[in-house]
Amino acid sequence: MAEVRQGCELFESGHRACGGCGPALAARLLLKATGENVIIVASTGCMEVFSTPYPETAWKVPWIHSLFENAAAVASGIDAALKKQGRDEKVVCVCGDGATFDIGVLCISGAFERGHDITYICYDNEAYMNTGIQRSGATPYDASTTTSPAGRCSLGNVHQKKDMPGILAAHGAPYVATASVAFPNDFMQKVERAVNTPGPTYVQVHAPCCTGWGFESGETLAIGKLAIETGLWVNYEMVDGEVVKAKKVRRKPVEEYLSRQRRFRHLFKPVRRDDEIAKIQAIADRNAEKFGIDIRRKE
Amino acid sequence: MSRVEFMQGNTACAEGALAAGCRFFGGYPITPSTEIAEHMARALPKRGGVFISMEDELGSIAAVIGAAWTGVRAMTATSGPGFSLMMENIGFAVMTETPCVIVNIQRGGPSTGQPTRAAQGDMLQCRFGSHGDYSTIALSPASVQEMFDLTVKAFNLADRYRVPAFVMADEIVGHMRERVTIPDAVEIVPRRKLEPGQLPFDGGEDGIPGFAQFGSGYAVHVTGLTHDERGYPDTMDAEAHDRLVRRLIGKIESARFDIADYEVENPDAETVFVTYGPPSRTVLQLLHDMPDEGIGHLRLRVVWPFPEFALSVFANAKVFLMPELNMGQMAREVQRHVDQPVIPIPKLGGDLHTPAELKQALEAYR
Repeated sequence: MAEVRQGCELFESGHRACGGCGPALAARLLLKATGENVIIVASTGCMEVFSTPYPETAWKVPWIHSLFENAAAVASGIDAALKKQGRDEKVVCVCGDGATFDIGVLCISGAFERGHDITYICYDNEAYMNTGIQRSGATPYDASTTTSPAGRCSLGNVHQKKDMPGILAAHGAPYVATASVAFPNDFMQKVERAVNTPGPTYVQVHAPCCTGWGFESGETLAIGKLAIETGLWVNYEMVDGEVVKAKKVRRKPVEEYLSRQRRFRHLFKPVRRDDEIAKIQAIADRNAEKFGIDIRRKE
Repeated sequence: MSRVEFMQGNTACAEGALAAGCRFFGGYPITPSTEIAEHMARALPKRGGVFISMEDELGSIAAVIGAAWTGVRAMTATSGPGFSLMMENIGFAVMTETPCVIVNIQRGGPSTGQPTRAAQGDMLQCRFGSHGDYSTIALSPASVQEMFDLTVKAFNLADRYRVPAFVMADEIVGHMRERVTIPDAVEIVPRRKLEPGQLPFDGGEDGIPGFAQFGSGYAVHVTGLTHDERGYPDTMDAEAHDRLVRRLIGKIESARFDIADYEVENPDAETVFVTYGPPSRTVLQLLHDMPDEGIGHLRLRVVWPFPEFALSVFANAKVFLMPELNMGQMAREVQRHVDQPVIPIPKLGGDLHTPAELKQALEAYR
């Protein structure tokens, strides 16, 4: 498998993504895991816009753009028609968090309820990046975006990130996983498992966006790792609704993650908001407890 | 004292809404309208208003309708695909006579089409896009100043006639930057309140009922089902349905002389351009370049209800030329009202007609 992955480049270089784009890395890695016997259904989003215009079209597999809201429904039709014809192509949705958490929920819920044999991969860069950094249901607490601007009247996004994996697991999905582009092998293994599990499966991959989050383009993987090391992002797998595995870490304070991103700058300047940082630390603490990710030091 | 600013059309639209007293915005980002949502997200909290980023455009227009019934001026802004998603709720707003403003910064369609390029391809959709018979009000700004002015006007028309009013702008006026004069205060037409003894959906003489907004003391019943003057559904009553739909159309169409807003140049002309929105700017250039040619120009600021009487101003007209950023949507409407030939001059792809193109059409058809 390792050799196949190394030689298997189905997402061509030379597309229009920013340097250091997390979603572009996710696309490249996920195609290594699916192989070429796949049909990709993509929603409107940053990835669609940076990876499809000619002559920089990056996809070397069959690819269809649904509208913004209905990738899972288009995939449902493809799956049902393929099955009737006795065909075995994998049907994989690749959609951003806006398409997944907000506008597309209706169609995803329907597809998962009906039990289509599809894999839905959400590349989660935690806001609408294509239209210029507006908040989504995946935007973390206190992040500043253009529709949740931090300033005199606001400390950024007032809502917490929606638990989309939990929502889809509650549909009875046989396999739900979270991953990060900062851990490529783990991500590819999860995609491989998802596409080979019959029924509707879901992988949500944390894909840091240097432009939208405000960090240097060379730091994408470092930021991704810090999200996991602080407990603000947890890599886990759910089988038939139960968490079976979560990546354990020696947790760092959330400040180490927050302070390196422009979207959280207002928590440190002009005055340091210890009260808000404590609330975000509490989110990480809850994650750690829920998923049991803390590595306890031996006494 | 008014103030003069240099701003983007989308910003001017948002400023117009704020000046008109809009205090609720429910929206969803979509190019090329997103700057309106972004501006409202920053501005509304400072003015005691509410900005909600909704989960999609179905939610956006639905939240606007809900907010409007609490008594506030409410709006949303979108573009082609989002506008299509709003259609069912637009019919609901028409049926429930909910005053609200919907801004469509039109882009090239069908489907996702050309997100960053201008078009006027939704001019029939804003009139006929939801199912059933109804009438709406639609305005068409041709400058950044009109993005401000016509947004204010849209709120007043929406409240006066209790309809969703459309600002049918496009990517050109949305993203263009020009000088804008912003007055200290704008004229605000208040909503007609329901008077004691009146029924909440009894249109009275002009077909426009008083507004029994939530919290005003009435147990008002708001429904998209066919309803009687009390607001209660009665879907099997053929007469009630006939009466309701005729009133919803009649209150707009019978007021089209009052709602109309247009400019006339050279009413004696034999060759007349009919325009709305940015293509009018090319015609202005033509009039400037060829002042002695006697070219007529009718520019509509209100497109729907269509002011057919404005066409008869041109008593000597032999031909109407219609440059539009679509395949001739409004030309079809104009042809309905005149005996002279109406020549569509379609332009697709996102650019305005050039003066040379219009000159060519002028020479070919007059």
